[in-house]
Amino acid sequence: MKVALFIPCYVDQFYPQVGMATVKLLEHFGVEHEFPKAQTCCGQPMANSGCMPEAKPLAMKYVDVFKGYDYIVAPSGSCVSMVRNHYETFFTDEDKAANDVRNRTYELSEFLVNVLNVREIKGRFASNVGIHQSCHGLRELRLGPSSEVMKTRPSMMTDLLAGLEGISFSKLQRTDECCGFGGTFAVAEEAVSCMMGEDRVNDHLSAGTEVLTAGDMSCLMHLEGIIRRQKHNIRVMHFAEILAEALETPVAV
Amino acid sequence: MSHPTLAQKFVDNKPRAQWHDKALWFVREKRDRMAASVPEWEDLRSHASAIKIHTMSQLPTYLEKFEANAKTLGVHVHWAADGDEHNRIVHEILKKHDVKKVVKSKSMLTEECHLNPFLEKNGYEVVDTDLGERIVQLREETPSHIVLPAIHIRKEEVGECFHEHLGTEKGVSDPKYLTEAARGHLRERFCTADAGITGVNFAIAETGGFVVCTNEGNADLGVSLPKLHIACMGIEKLIPRASDLAVFLRLLARSATGQPITTYSSHFHGPREGSELHMILVDNGRSGILAKPEFRRSLGCIRCGACMNTCPVYRRSGGHSYESTVPGPIGSILTPLQTPEKHASLPFACTLCGSCTDVCPVKIDLHHQLLAMRGFLDRKKLLGMSKKLSMKFLSGLLSSTWMFTTAGTAARTALRWMPRFAVYNPLNGWGKQRELPEPPMQSFRDQYAEHKKNSRGPS
Repeated sequence: MKVALFIPCYVDQFYPQVGMATVKLLEHFGVEHEFPKAQTCCGQPMANSGCMPEAKPLAMKYVDVFKGYDYIVAPSGSCVSMVRNHYETFFTDEDKAANDVRNRTYELSEFLVNVLNVREIKGRFASNVGIHQSCHGLRELRLGPSSEVMKTRPSMMTDLLAGLEGISFSKLQRTDECCGFGGTFAVAEEAVSCMMGEDRVNDHLSAGTEVLTAGDMSCLMHLEGIIRRQKHNIRVMHFAEILAEALETPVAV
Repeated sequence: MSHPTLAQKFVDNKPRAQWHDKALWFVREKRDRMAASVPEWEDLRSHASAIKIHTMSQLPTYLEKFEANAKTLGVHVHWAADGDEHNRIVHEILKKHDVKKVVKSKSMLTEECHLNPFLEKNGYEVVDTDLGERIVQLREETPSHIVLPAIHIRKEEVGECFHEHLGTEKGVSDPKYLTEAARGHLRERFCTADAGITGVNFAIAETGGFVVCTNEGNADLGVSLPKLHIACMGIEKLIPRASDLAVFLRLLARSATGQPITTYSSHFHGPREGSELHMILVDNGRSGILAKPEFRRSLGCIRCGACMNTCPVYRRSGGHSYESTVPGPIGSILTPLQTPEKHASLPFACTLCGSCTDVCPVKIDLHHQLLAMRGFLDRKKLLGMSKKLSMKFLSGLLSSTWMFTTAGTAARTALRWMPRFAVYNPLNGWGKQRELPEPPMQSFRDQYAEHKKNSRGPS
């Protein structure tokens, strides 16, 4: 199995620990990995701004950089959703090679659960964890159940974490309301963005969250930014970091 | 003004914004409970979606069928290309019948056409009979929500408004007392009206009839006493068969307010004996939207408002921040298609969270259409110079691996060294209420390279 790591642009530069945690997890499951150094960004910031001509070169670069791998794995629902769902703007059905690369692109939790068939991860993480369901992973990739839809679905991230010893999950008022990051929205509509983020943080504070986690570092960057500015005592970690830390923490007994 | 500017004003009154958010979230939760109680909920949505897509694909045929059947029932059918023509037609009909006073039940279509100011300018007295609409009418405001027009108004403010206009006791805000006062006031208007204007929730091609849904019965009261009923509808409100109502009536109120059905679902099949029934079928840009494959599914909208209730941005900015008759997610598609220059900020009043798409009873892919609207605005060169230039710059930077890594290193280094006042100042939009991430010494790719080297190292 030839696996390529696809690390979101801002994770590469600002949250290297999330990438390293992903590496640790893959190595734990014996997966050989490579990091194609030419990668930069999936193009989502441009595409989400409506600038399709500006996003296209990055889509072309992506399918070129990642060709030839069995799987491309990213610790990010929104980047994977961009590649799998929204690159269709740039490629027709005839672009078989490009579409093959797109279809082999996986978000980390779905790769662990659906490809590696991981059901349990043995480790210890004795904290009250607050799950933030990042919107793209939730409603674009369907990595979990959305409260609007009358259909049950497992939450892959939660299921992977649930097996950890000592872990508990805080009970939120709103289980999957958007954090308010939204890309350039975070600055263009700063007032609403921060009110949304603050409301999420307050929900977690009321619920006793000690560690706030999600599958997308973009949401966490925004929420952590608010948490640190308001000096709250909540640790913010990508779920890959929790799993990696748990693997290093021996189970009691 | 743009949405961000108006939204900022709304959020500036944080307690009020929180109250508004909670009020609408409560309605969303009611919707969820209702949807959960219907085992076939998701199937119903799929059916509704399919019926609307089919109807739109044959719209001209169904419209002509509806007209023929309506005429057989004795309905006078009029066609209006736009809002102005609609208003003129209403005026002609009212003039012909010597109307002085009009009562109107809720019709977002007539709001879209700006009917009220037009009629008032031409000397008619127009009274909106939906309680929420009456409140906004007395306050000289527009509705802020298509189903709950006065959701932005607190009961204390209603009390003040009614004290001024209806003579209720000063400082009293008991909802029952205020509603009773409105009821008496409106009853008097119903009894003295010369004509009743309603909207149309569903028009049925097969029968030539139509359905109006209200909780207050104000549509029925409004058209039962006067001898003239004018029903105004957008051409997309058509459904093929009476049996299709089984799908839509089960979805509408559950999605809109979390009720199993509205108190009244009134079926109109032609005029009552001794009275006249006129229908005005309005285009006003709808056939233009129908011609656009990317956006035609938005014509399936049944105006339930569920997308507004679930939208985290709408709840925290209020309907007025959209400056659009129909606000929220659906409005941010429909309105900029009509007036892109004025409403270019609307498709960006959105985080693309997708909640709207998941609550839409007719499964319009709202958040995908909002994203497509952004591309539409770009092609019309309406994105704004600074946004476009920064995206061009970013695209160039990210297309080159060395430029990206160099810029990243520079940014991290700068952030580590710059004093706080240089980083956090009015130029830094992110930093107003948030900290920036802590800049790490090494990027992931550097750490990974080391990691690979170490794992290949001496065993």
